[in-house]
Formats: sequence, structure tokens, C-alpha cells
Amino acid sequence: MNVMTPIVRDPNADKFDTRRLLAHAAEQAEDRRYEDFMIIDVDSHHYETGSYREIFQYIEDPVMRDQFVHTKGQTMMLRSTGGFQEMAGRITRYEYRNAEEAPPGARHKDITLTLKWMDSMGIDVACVFPTPMLGLGLNPIVEVEVQYARAYNRWLTEHILAHEPRIVSMLYLPMNDPVAALKMVEDFSGRQGVVGFLITTVRYKPLYNNVYMKLYAALEERGLPLAFHAATNWGDQSMNITNRFIASHALGFTWFNIVHMTNWVVNGIPERFPGLKSIWIESGLAWIPFLMQRLDNEYMMRSSEAPSLKRKPSDYMRGMYYTSQPMEMIGNRTMLEETFNMINAETQLVYASDYPHWDMDLPSTIYDLPFLSLQAKKNILGENARKLFKLDTILSPEKQARLKARAA
Amino acid sequence: MAQVFVCSELEMKDGDVRIVRQDRVEVGVYRHEGSYYAYRNQCLHQGGPACEGIIRNKVVDLFGADRSFLGQTYDEKEPHIVCPWHGWEYKLKTGECAPDPKLRLKRHDVVQREGGIYVVI
Repeated sequence: MNVMTPIVRDPNADKFDTRRLLAHAAEQAEDRRYEDFMIIDVDSHHYETGSYREIFQYIEDPVMRDQFVHTKGQTMMLRSTGGFQEMAGRITRYEYRNAEEAPPGARHKDITLTLKWMDSMGIDVACVFPTPMLGLGLNPIVEVEVQYARAYNRWLTEHILAHEPRIVSMLYLPMNDPVAALKMVEDFSGRQGVVGFLITTVRYKPLYNNVYMKLYAALEERGLPLAFHAATNWGDQSMNITNRFIASHALGFTWFNIVHMTNWVVNGIPERFPGLKSIWIESGLAWIPFLMQRLDNEYMMRSSEAPSLKRKPSDYMRGMYYTSQPMEMIGNRTMLEETFNMINAETQLVYASDYPHWDMDLPSTIYDLPFLSLQAKKNILGENARKLFKLDTILSPEKQARLKARAA
Repeated sequence: MAQVFVCSELEMKDGDVRIVRQDRVEVGVYRHEGSYYAYRNQCLHQGGPACEGIIRNKVVDLFGADRSFLGQTYDEKEPHIVCPWHGWEYKLKTGECAPDPKLRLKRHDVVQREGGIYVVI
């Protein structure tokens, strides 16, 4: 019998390192030869909390700036969109990520750490979004949303996007102040790495209101997509009767996009702004066939209540874009395949990891689906988003090196 | 198949785990209440390093005689391996996926001999 010398390690003694945590993701990337095509992650996150000191300095109102500094950001946290993402220590990166070091140098730590997980997964370009800001739309102080969003967008574009072409973003819109939201588009579109703008959908002002028409027109004129990012609000009256985070999360992250999508369609916004492309983020996929069927059924009886529509609601929804994560993969692959068919996934679905959040999806969740053609996989993992964001085709230096090694 | 040396018996105490890599195969070797268990370090969900997370006992709901909810506690007899990527849980003693026993981590035999711990890979 052979006695061999293995590599043996104690994982509890390892210093936290993203490359170590995601070593299996890197193996998947190599095994599947992701270097053969571009992968774009349309929704990933960073924790802007680590850069609060820098961001707060961009808050223009000096009184509010002092508030943020002294509350260490709690000024923004008057809301209930948090939860127990770290699962009481089970998802280890929540506890240890702050301790991860980045080598000192010219690069911002956020850039270094973001590229680490991107390279592990084989992602070439990531569209990043902050984390606590997902609930900023609930803040009762309108100026807090406006001031903080503007400060964050300035910090992000100046410190991150301007220095790393592989990181892009759709910038936060402070929708509680429609004039400020429009000004955000006017001031920030065209900056390096700004590929669109984004509405967090945990909010209670209807997005069909006439006050937003100039905003939508501005985006349409510029050819910039508008994204809708879901979250949950445990303080919402309906969510308030759930007592476990799994319930609030499973329902909330679909519910807020369902409400805004329904309003968006029945008020004829896609008909009024046919050139405005929309992306619906982080609600999974199962809600889309449900809503298509539900709205079509009612529309055929009550078309008089949605007279600006020229087609069925599902026809408009089929022309929109959806991010893949968190994809419902457990239990029924036939349903998943039919969902892909119903949403024209080959052209309308865009991959998202949501990393580093607890329910992140790797590119293999798409790549390993047996019912997709290779071209469909490439479209969903990168090509659809590349066209949507008008990006050049680029491969990460690691993937270029792998291609070179293969050719040698 | 080969017996791969993990460490001496003195090196592992209850609750410890070692990750053994042989070529591209990774196995997590656990010591729990004096016994050894070994599983492929590959979560059945998205391929995460299932054996590199925490060990946490099974959570159970507590109900009164009238079936009203009283609270929650841990079942100390059922430790779970928790994948650090997404929180999938597996029973440490069997490798069964806690919410779906049809799924199971691949098990490897552990051999103790001459003061050493070996895992069969």
C-alpha cells in the first residue's frame, strides 16, 4: 500500500484570504476554461463602511457631515433593511473580511480586494454597488438620501472607477428628491465606469409619478439603462409579521421588485419610454413567470385600466433585462428551463454573483446548466451585459495569461 | 486508493479539522468525541469548501405540550459541518445534508495506526 506525502493544513489556523476562500471557484474557472470568453458580473457589492471616513468628507452639508462622522454612519441607518446575513457566524467572510489585508500601494484597498474575488471566479468586469445604501430610500430625511448618495457617487467615481477599468457601476439615484435624481444623471453620466443608474426598490414613492418623467427621458436620451435593485424591509407592514430572516428575505427581495414592476408596466412606462432599458436585480427568476401570467390574465379582462399598453404585460417584461442571482436551483430543473424560455434568457438574462453577500452565485450556476447551448451560456455570462453597457471585450490579466500558456 | 498521512494522533483534539490535499482531491478530516470522520471538501451546492467552515450544532425549535413555540436551542448530539460559502449544513457523523438526507458528502475512510492518522484517498 502506498504511503504518500500530502498537503495538510488546519483551516482554522489560516489567515483569512479571499483567494483561499474562493480556491474552489478558481478551480471551476480553470476547469471550464472561462478564459475563452468574457464574464461580466452585473450585480456585486462592496462594503462602503470600510471607506466611511473618505466618503463622509464628500458630504457637502457641513452639519450633516458632522452628524455622519459622529454617528459613524448611523445617520443613514434609520431603517430596517438589514438582517442576519452572516447567519450567526456561519458565513465566515462576514466576520473576517475586515481583517483581510491589501498590500500598501497606490491602489485603493477596495480595488485590490474586489479584483481578488473577481479573479478567483473568472470575472472580467464587475458592476459594483454598495451594501447599507440598499435601504437608504427609507430614510425619512430626504436630504440624507440626497447628500449621502451624492457623496458616495463622487467617492466611487473618483477613488474607484477612475482607477480600475474592470470595475464599473450603476449609480444610486436619490428618488425621494426627483430634481436631485435628475441632477445626478446630468452630473455623473459620461464619467469613467458609469454604465447606468439604479433605483433601490425598498421605497414607498410610486415610480410612475409624473415627477420622474424628466429623469427617465434623460436616461433614455443618453442610452443608459435603469436598474431596479431589490432588498427587503422587515419594517414593512406585511414583512413585519414574518419572524425569521429567511421569510423576510425570501419574500421581500421579490416583493419590492414585483410591486414596482407592476406599476412600471400597467402605467405604460415602457410604452412611453421605448428606448429606456431596464434591469431587474436580485429577485431571482421564479417571480417573473408568475407575474407575467398574473398580469396577462388580468389585463385581458381589465385592459381599460391599462389603456396605454399595446401588447400584453408579459410582452413588455420579455424585453427587459434580469440578473440571474439568486437563481432558484433546488428541486425542479424543468421549471427553471421553462423560466429561461419565458424570459428570453438567451438575450435578456445577465449573470450576477452578488458577492460577497451570503446567497452569492458563481458563474458555474449558469455554465453548468445542461439545457443551455454554449453560445447561450456565453451570452448570459457576459455578452448580453457587454452589449447593454456598451463595453469593449476585455479579459482579465489572469485569463490572458492562461490563454497564452495554452497557446505555448 | 492510498492511505495518506494526516498527522499524529496527538495533534488533533476533539473539534479539530485538517484539510488534506492529494493532487486535486481535498478531504476534511474531523475528530469528534474521540472518533474520526472524513469527507470530500466539496459542497454539493456550488462546490464550496464545505469542510473549511465552522461546526455548529443543529438548531431545534422548542414546543410546549400544547405545541406553542417556546424558543430555540442546540442539539449537542448533532454537530453540523457548515459550508462557509452559503451555509449549507451537513451532519458531521454521517455527511448527510441536514435538510435533505438524499444528499451526502462523499465519505473517506480514516485509519489509525502506529500513532498516526491516515485518510484513504
